[in-house]
Amino acid sequence: MEYDIVIVGAGPAGLSAACRLQQLAKQFNLTLRVCIIEKGSEIGAHNLSGGILDPRALNELFPDWQQLGAPVTVPVTRDEFYLFRNEHSALHWPNSLLPRTMHNQGNYVISLGNLCRWLGQQAEALGVEIYPGFAAQEVIIENDVVCGIVTGDHGLDREGKPKAGVYTPGIELRAKHTLFAEGCRGHLGKSLLSRFNLDSRVDPQHYAIGLKELWQIDPSRHQAGLVLHGAGWPLDNANPGGSFLYHFENNLVAVGMIVDLCYQNPWLSPFNELQRFKHHPVIRQHLAGAKRISYGARAISKGGLNSLPEMIFPGGALLGCDLGTLNFSRIKGIHTAMKSGMLAAEAVVDQWMQNKPEDTLLSTYPVRFRNSWLYEELYQARNFGPALHRFGTLSGGAFNLIDQNLFGGKLPFTLHDTRLDHACLKQASVTRTIDYPTPDGQLSFDRLSSVYLANTQHVEDQPVHLTLNDPSIPIQINLPLYAEPAQRYCPAGVYEVVDDGKAGKHFQINAANCIHCKVCDIKDPAQNINWVAPEGSSGPNYADM
Amino acid sequence: MKIVVPVKRTVDPNVKVRISQDGHSMDTRSLKMGMNPFCEIAVEEAIRLKEAGKASAVIVVTVGAAACEDILRHGLGMGADRAILIETELSLQPLAIAKLLKVVVDKEQPDLIISGKQSIDEDNNQTGQMLAALLGWPQGTFASKVELEPNRAMITREVDDGLERLALTLPAVVTTDLRLNQPRYLKLPNIMKAKKMPIERLLASESGIDLRSRLIVQQLAEPTKRSGCMKVQSVAELVNALHNVARVIG
Repeated sequence: MEYDIVIVGAGPAGLSAACRLQQLAKQFNLTLRVCIIEKGSEIGAHNLSGGILDPRALNELFPDWQQLGAPVTVPVTRDEFYLFRNEHSALHWPNSLLPRTMHNQGNYVISLGNLCRWLGQQAEALGVEIYPGFAAQEVIIENDVVCGIVTGDHGLDREGKPKAGVYTPGIELRAKHTLFAEGCRGHLGKSLLSRFNLDSRVDPQHYAIGLKELWQIDPSRHQAGLVLHGAGWPLDNANPGGSFLYHFENNLVAVGMIVDLCYQNPWLSPFNELQRFKHHPVIRQHLAGAKRISYGARAISKGGLNSLPEMIFPGGALLGCDLGTLNFSRIKGIHTAMKSGMLAAEAVVDQWMQNKPEDTLLSTYPVRFRNSWLYEELYQARNFGPALHRFGTLSGGAFNLIDQNLFGGKLPFTLHDTRLDHACLKQASVTRTIDYPTPDGQLSFDRLSSVYLANTQHVEDQPVHLTLNDPSIPIQINLPLYAEPAQRYCPAGVYEVVDDGKAGKHFQINAANCIHCKVCDIKDPAQNINWVAPEGSSGPNYADM
Repeated sequence: MKIVVPVKRTVDPNVKVRISQDGHSMDTRSLKMGMNPFCEIAVEEAIRLKEAGKASAVIVVTVGAAACEDILRHGLGMGADRAILIETELSLQPLAIAKLLKVVVDKEQPDLIISGKQSIDEDNNQTGQMLAALLGWPQGTFASKVELEPNRAMITREVDDGLERLALTLPAVVTTDLRLNQPRYLKLPNIMKAKKMPIERLLASESGIDLRSRLIVQQLAEPTKRSGCMKVQSVAELVNALHNVARVIG
């Protein structure tokens, strides 16, 4: 199939790019055939965000979004920040002593999945074709130019052989320009970075894992728009991160945690950290008597400007978190992803207006980026993450307070963080083990009952989509050195070291549990795990996440 | 030979549902919806009969809100020839649905109706039977095999003591069991084509049929959670536990 533009991924970046393309096409009287493919079973099924939206990009894309019924209805009414000191106490931190990037006036508590479902309707109304349920499996590259993608096969058995009666081969979707908006650590984005050497001149990308649960609480306790952020316990300077609790609509509360993937202790389990965090009195009071209704997790690219690779290559571009546009100083990536998609769309139209089909490079995308508020925002935020990593939560926080509030993020030097996240892991023998409390079934839960609420689904006998470069590494190397951390960093219980007595220990991959967070692809100390796309429609089915 | 396949839009089987906070309905906002799996099997069977040259046209029909268009397009993407939406915002019960489907059947005059045996949301298992009764046609429910012969359909059903074979004089109503077939994956080009196909629309309110509900949902509740198991070492301990812990013997 032949399109003018193929977009991989129906998240905020891909959908904004598609909408902007068709808006501009109408403005300039162009006819553009734009197609989006999405590996989730429907638009929004794989979108997960803490859920605070800065509406800046949305205002630009659809100035009348309120009349159009965008699911952006809960303005932030109160901002609270806590420094958690231990499992009992926390300091309510004054907002005046917070970096201004942590303030949320004018922002909204949203569900990213619902925003994407709405953006999908807008895109379709503008003439975009969207096909959920199809994963982009491979990039088509001819003469060093990206010419489109191939969708994955359906109906293969565990060995990769066609199953009689149901095998449905993937097809080629070719385009003059292909925009990759897979989200953090997209498997095609990853291959493009190395194929076109896009990230060799920048700091390595840094990542975190974000875990989120949705709770339905008693209406009398619900305060729509109340936003809590936290730092400190149960994490620390060697294993940094933060926490959040947002009051959303319909008596829903989102509670979650972000754990930087540069954490050092291989015994750490981000999932269990969130479980015990919920028992803190500050958090517990919001959840007492409530019911947990959803659970999910997703990796976050947070390296920002210092880690931003080249955005373009012949025949296409990287967008949103596939590129790394999240603003870590504000822990917000939706508006930046949307803006990057809009800028890429403008660059595509630049190219069409120039009418030079032999020139496949979207060369105005980086120029437009450089002149946009997105660049300015990321520039101001560039020292935020490195300062926290170098100086710790308090001193780094103080640096950020001064840098952001007094200098507007424009201190005349740049801090770099050049350590690779996966290389930060210390050996199991020299780190303290962590004894996580047994879940109580009220506030805290085990992994399996949590994954159950992600509504994840994979046809059981398809090829395992979590592939190992060297199958011996988990047991031969990772287990003795790091007590195989995959058992703990995976938020879905995909990885297990099973001791079956006579045959000894083996590494079991429960691929059907996978919720497509990509953390294993990032954090494995041997960089031995490769996440590839399973059959389209597989994976979580998030609602209101 | 024309086949009509009634289909229903339900919550996706992979998604967990929950009761609304008011306790009177299921909270299905934001949940992924799709074609009821039994209905998908019915569509698949009809299309296989068409591909085998035994049927000439397959019509998918549903009753529901405008959003139900998506499952009709799914049916068209699988290979159905036409799609009909009987539009209503009301939440209907099986008898009203069967009466509305009869309107379409009277107009289309199919030789065979294949429907799912039940929908996974309410598990009523009534619409196919009611439709057969309203039409005065023979019915073969829970079919695990369907063979068409001139003027009759041979149906295999799984029953408690083995397999039952029925010969139904056409026209007839068949409802599908899970074992009948495994529905195909949709091909991207077929979905693209289905997007552009027309959907015929009727308004339920103009049918003159009494659509009022005969049932009122008083309350919905989750099944009580099973309390944990315990292991006992001896018969004496077991008897004691039955008396004093489980309190099932006095």
